[in-house]
Amino acid sequence: MKMTYREAVRQAMHEALAADPRVFLMGEDVGKYGGTYACSKGFLEEFGPERIRDTPLSELGFVGAGIGAALGGLRPIVEVMTVNFSLLALDQIVNTAAALRHMSGGQFSVPLVLRMATGAGRQLAAQHSHSLENWYAHIPGIRVLAPATIGDARGMLGPALADPDPVVIFEHAQLYNLEGELPADWRCDIASAAVRREGTDVSLITYGGSLPKALAAAEQLAAEGIAAEVIDLRVLRPLDTATLAASLRKTHKAVVVDEGWKSGSLAAEVMACIVEQCFFDLDAPVARVCSEEVPIPYAKHMEEAALPQVPKIVAAAKQVIGK
Amino acid sequence: MIAPPPAGPVPWDKGFAQKLLADMLRIRRMEEKCAELYGAQKIRGFLHLYIGEEACAVGAMHALTADDNIVATYREHGHALVRGVSMNAIMAEMFGKSAGCSRGRGGSMHLFDAATRFYGGNAIVGGGLPLAVGFALADKLQGRRAVTACFFGEGAMAEGAFHESMNLAALWQLPVLFCCENNLYAMGTALARSEAQTDLCAKAASYAVPTLKADGMDIVAVHEAMKLAAAHVRDGLGPFFLELQTYRFRAHSMFDPELYRDKAEVEEWKARGPLHTFSARLKAEEKLTEEEFLAFDARANAEVQAAVDFAEAAPWEPVEDLLKDVHTP
Ligand SMILES: Cc1ncc(C[n+]2csc(CCOP(=O)(O)OP(=O)(O)O)c2C)c(N)n1
Ligand SMILES: [Mg+2]
Repeated sequence: MKMTYREAVRQAMHEALAADPRVFLMGEDVGKYGGTYACSKGFLEEFGPERIRDTPLSELGFVGAGIGAALGGLRPIVEVMTVNFSLLALDQIVNTAAALRHMSGGQFSVPLVLRMATGAGRQLAAQHSHSLENWYAHIPGIRVLAPATIGDARGMLGPALADPDPVVIFEHAQLYNLEGELPADWRCDIASAAVRREGTDVSLITYGGSLPKALAAAEQLAAEGIAAEVIDLRVLRPLDTATLAASLRKTHKAVVVDEGWKSGSLAAEVMACIVEQCFFDLDAPVARVCSEEVPIPYAKHMEEAALPQVPKIVAAAKQVIGK
Repeated sequence: MIAPPPAGPVPWDKGFAQKLLADMLRIRRMEEKCAELYGAQKIRGFLHLYIGEEACAVGAMHALTADDNIVATYREHGHALVRGVSMNAIMAEMFGKSAGCSRGRGGSMHLFDAATRFYGGNAIVGGGLPLAVGFALADKLQGRRAVTACFFGEGAMAEGAFHESMNLAALWQLPVLFCCENNLYAMGTALARSEAQTDLCAKAASYAVPTLKADGMDIVAVHEAMKLAAAHVRDGLGPFFLELQTYRFRAHSMFDPELYRDKAEVEEWKARGPLHTFSARLKAEEKLTEEEFLAFDARANAEVQAAVDFAEAAPWEPVEDLLKDVHTP
């Protein structure tokens, strides 16, 4: 069945809401407006205002309330409009949701799912274009997911809700309009990375909104006789390093593509894992394509220059290979 | 429920009244053109129009002086223009050109201009309020008699930043003029669906800050209220909270399908529109003729066309400058 990423997110939430009365959705404009990205259109009418809760602009308050509701026996899906605004809720996420289980000696777990849009590419300028997945992936106690395909958009929410601990799901804003076939076997785990394209010459390792770019780069490389393998991390914390290592043992070369800023990026963590686990498999230094170290500018040509792009990935891959 | 259109005498001389009308027209024509240019993809990103709310920025800004600081939101085109940022610089910014008031880095939501003490252009709801408190603190500690006017929507009043800022400003008796433009909606969320206390002045008053509400569609009411509020703040009597009750005629942004409000409601509010009601009042008092109105309109349109031409012709910032100004050189 063909559908958009948006529709896949919608169906996943619909299924969860219909299946489990403990599940409810809350966030800014999820109800009457139909969701900022229209992912909950029609839900208010179908499930009512008790379970589709529009919140005021109070990110710290309603994310914290989601944590409390999870402790109290519910299964909240809390939507923070975008990662940019999640900064206002970071205290509750880091100091409470992530830490509670351990600091209470294992007495309390927080079965909370936090969804948020992330990423740049729509000329929304510095305050609306962050890719801070890496900040979340730094925090022990939470699981961080980055569905990059229609299948994962459909499949990841179920296991996320079943997880007894907090799960943060990043939906890249550029992906909502992505259209594709929903695979028959869309049910998936939230633990492993996926090989999205097989290849033998170089591993392109990426996640989220950069996956389509990496796949396009692999296509271009193929035209030049280079077989790139594309790895979709899917789960940003904990990282599935076994899949990375298996790919590196085959290709011996890697380029990491990450929309985050280069310094202290998730790409840096991936590279560190590769160096720790695959050092003797490497034939060349690992390269990375990240965002330039600048608040994302508004002007189109400047924004494009600031972000990872297909030509940069192709060039990095060729450089690693020595072509 | 919706009040009758603003009416009654205009207690201003003809020159001043006409100046304010002309400023409202400049904002309206500029933004109508922006909407058109958005359709033509000359302006991209988010574009939040102020159409319908012009009396707020115009009435308020004319009660301030050049020493005052302005802090605004992403719906700030009108504020920037009336504050004195040139339409050319605003339009070039919307185009993403380096001749823009933020060198094309900010776009519609991030207009900045040091010369007019216009400190943005903040697209994080509530983000400007603590900053305003800090400006006021700097003014107070350095003995300046300036007002920091901080504009924000009613939606921002649900954020912690509002409460923390109000308390700090009141506790330290700082010269902040909190100016809430209550247009009844925060994106798709109506006031009554986001606030337990919908009387915003009652909320603000709990911080021991004096408050006043004014009809934001009535430029006379806005300006007189703003004068009073600014005088209070400037005289060192501490912060002030002003609520301007207004309405946006257009969608929240260009992405908004407006499923959350009735067309009839929008039409009712349009009957209270600040431009035509103020023009009618001035005409009734013989402070404006139709010819004068048309001349102001023509002048506004000419200014807009010149700004568009300027923005079109302006060069793009070279890509090599991408990393410029991340840190102070
Ligand atoms: C902290 C934060 N949360 C959410 C948003 C998304 N957002 C942008 S404007 C807006 C509505 C704000 O309403 P209001 O403060 O009343 O101002 P208005 O747009 O009506 O002028 C929302 C929810 C944001 N920019 N910042
Ligand atoms: Mg509002």
